[in-house]
Amino acid sequence: MAALICEVVYRGIFQKNLAARIARGIVLSARKSGRWGIAFGRYGDSPQRNGIPAKDFAIVADTKEELEQNMARYEPKHTDVTIVLDDTLSKGVESWAWYGLQPINRLTVPNGTVLMTSVQPFESLLQDIHKRDTAYKLSLVRAKASFSGLWVHKEDHTEARILGALAKIAPSFLALDGVSQAIREIEWGSDLKVASARKAYDRLETRQVKITEGNAEIPYSFEMPKWWEMREGVTIPAIPIGKPKEGGQGYVPERNPYFKKFTTRTMRPVIDFDTCVKCNLCWISCPDSCFDVMPDATFDANMEACCGCGVCEAVCPVESCITMVNEAAFEDNASQWEMWRKDKAAYKTWLTAKIGDKQTTVRSHGFRFRGQYEQELTRDLDGGGVEITAGIPGENAAHKTV
Amino acid sequence: MAVATTAAPTASDEKELLISGSEAVAEGLALADIDVVTGYPIRPYDTVIQAIAKKIANGQLVAEYIVAEGEHSQFEIVKHASTVGARVFCGSSGVGWAYAMECLVVTPPLRVPMVCLVGNRALDDPGAFGVEHNDALFVRDLGWMLCWIDTSQEAIDTTLIAYRVAEDRRVFLPLAISADGAFLTHSQALTLVPPKEKVDKFLPRYDRGDLLLHPDNPITVAPQANEDWVIEIRRQNDEAMKRAVAVIEEAYADFRKVFGRGPENPWFEEYMTDDAEIILVGMGTISLPMKVGIRTLRAQGKKVGLVRLRWFRPFPTEKLVKVLSRAKAIGVVDRDYSFGSPFHSGVVANEIRAALYNAEKRPPLLSFICGLGGREVTLEDVYKATDLCYNAANSGKSEAKTLWLGVRE
Repeated sequence: MAALICEVVYRGIFQKNLAARIARGIVLSARKSGRWGIAFGRYGDSPQRNGIPAKDFAIVADTKEELEQNMARYEPKHTDVTIVLDDTLSKGVESWAWYGLQPINRLTVPNGTVLMTSVQPFESLLQDIHKRDTAYKLSLVRAKASFSGLWVHKEDHTEARILGALAKIAPSFLALDGVSQAIREIEWGSDLKVASARKAYDRLETRQVKITEGNAEIPYSFEMPKWWEMREGVTIPAIPIGKPKEGGQGYVPERNPYFKKFTTRTMRPVIDFDTCVKCNLCWISCPDSCFDVMPDATFDANMEACCGCGVCEAVCPVESCITMVNEAAFEDNASQWEMWRKDKAAYKTWLTAKIGDKQTTVRSHGFRFRGQYEQELTRDLDGGGVEITAGIPGENAAHKTV
Repeated sequence: MAVATTAAPTASDEKELLISGSEAVAEGLALADIDVVTGYPIRPYDTVIQAIAKKIANGQLVAEYIVAEGEHSQFEIVKHASTVGARVFCGSSGVGWAYAMECLVVTPPLRVPMVCLVGNRALDDPGAFGVEHNDALFVRDLGWMLCWIDTSQEAIDTTLIAYRVAEDRRVFLPLAISADGAFLTHSQALTLVPPKEKVDKFLPRYDRGDLLLHPDNPITVAPQANEDWVIEIRRQNDEAMKRAVAVIEEAYADFRKVFGRGPENPWFEEYMTDDAEIILVGMGTISLPMKVGIRTLRAQGKKVGLVRLRWFRPFPTEKLVKVLSRAKAIGVVDRDYSFGSPFHSGVVANEIRAALYNAEKRPPLLSFICGLGGREVTLEDVYKATDLCYNAANSGKSEAKTLWLGVRE
């Protein structure tokens, strides 16, 4: 009697179909050894919004009865494998159906595995992943965050590689041959994908994580009210208006203390306050009111409120004022303006490094040129690595116009 | 982690697919070869419309797929299509179903055997997507047949049975299949899909006969009527609903003959009720935590069983009473509410109280409201309900109140 429980944590919409394909692939692969299974999406995450962390689940078990045993929950309370399709999710997740910040390894059983696609080194990821009181394994499939989702279907074999990696992690449930067979038979399968799965099996990198390792931050949380404590009439109080930043100058709006949304972010704006012309466009255009007005009339993006949509970069009329940078390059949500005020020269150095390091900072939202997919695929398959290409306007381009 | 011990399933003429409850309904619709389907999206029902659209696009089903501008129109369209002899499908969820109410009301008197899927969803406001059964229950008094399904397998099987029952000339009433939002509509499970040849043996063509709206059969449908006619029309509906009982039993018996599976008792599933002291009653996917909970309770020596109601209209009064009156106490778990009703209970609890009124033995009955808006029904909820039922069994008295489980209080 045994069961394998997997969660697939993904970026809403962008990776929606990808996550569903992985969950299906797990069940169909395990079926090859006579297992029973079920694949389902986390309904509370619906309707999804771009980038919001969301989950799919796959449960496979030796017998139907044991499958029922594990399904008699709205969703699993613990998982043998936590599959993470974007390494910026290491910082934790907050979605529509979760209240507070949930560490990415929260459901992973002791000595279970967090399986992630990432090009970052283990140590860098462990600065983001929260510390916990039981040991677990961190396994990496070397790949960028895939956009094989809903808006953009970038066919990059991520689902096959995850299944290949799972065959290494849980061979008694997903034999590599079973995975290969299932991939061929599933609607999205192909021999090329089988090859990708086998390579991921061979190349999977795994490291033990000790209880002393990880981000020591205590994730924010809150208690939900009782029925008699809640306001009647399906009403919620408005967020109060804000206050000046300091000395009667500037303006900082109040924000929803229960839903911060910043785990939606995959890129964040880095602002050069020296080149800011104080035009207000970022402040007006931001859909999440994330900009605080500073006493000197520049704008500081509040990192607890920013979803990383990149509208500010797109509307900013200055060539080198706001630049979107991969969220993975940052360790905290500290104020950039305060850093700049404290030491302008040091800030310039920091900013130049963040913007300049294309290896770390570039992220893709899809394709940039015709034929890019074929190029990347060749590299992924033959070299085991991935090419990092510079951005397009609005996505961390070298220049705003091309 | 253990090593595989079970062999892969052997081949049969049925194919095994990993599909959701909604996708299973779509498989059933393709096998039933429907003619007209209308779609207006609302979660969670929209998943079936997506699956049908895919089938039509892939050439696996030839049917008119009409995107209406709202639920009211989509039900009107299939109603008319059915009167000219088309096999039709439609459906909705939550307030979408409510928006179609005017058309839902006229369908039974016109004797339109449409089959619908209600992806059960909480009624707005608050805007929520999780399951509650109040949406489908809107039509419980109007001449609609209502059933609740529990698994993807039951989804495809019931879809085929639904056309067979609704389109039987003795019945000719609309039928709504209810599927719990999320738990069934959005979970993919391994499901057997039968071959078309078997379905053809089971499901005859839709023949509207003398009620067919056609130039060769000139009739007027739905003329204005006054008090001289209405009560007789209602009485006809009443008779059709009564006749449906035998037709449903025939259909399930035939289904078992043709497909070699399916329940002997169409009306409700009994789980460990033979020697049960406490019988819990529920509809839909609530059965899963109940069955798992009952297994644990049995291991502790507590004789608990489950009755999962499949059919709510027609309501299986006598059969249900026969089983339930054997228990020492009954616990009815409603995933719905009926504010201000007797004992402030849920709909199913009040129906069962009424059904038991003429029974010789009436065990204490406890009413529970649980899992509203898609809230998880936990094993702890099941254990708590069972404990309270044992208290009632020991005192021999019905609690004249309703208990809410899993609410923050």
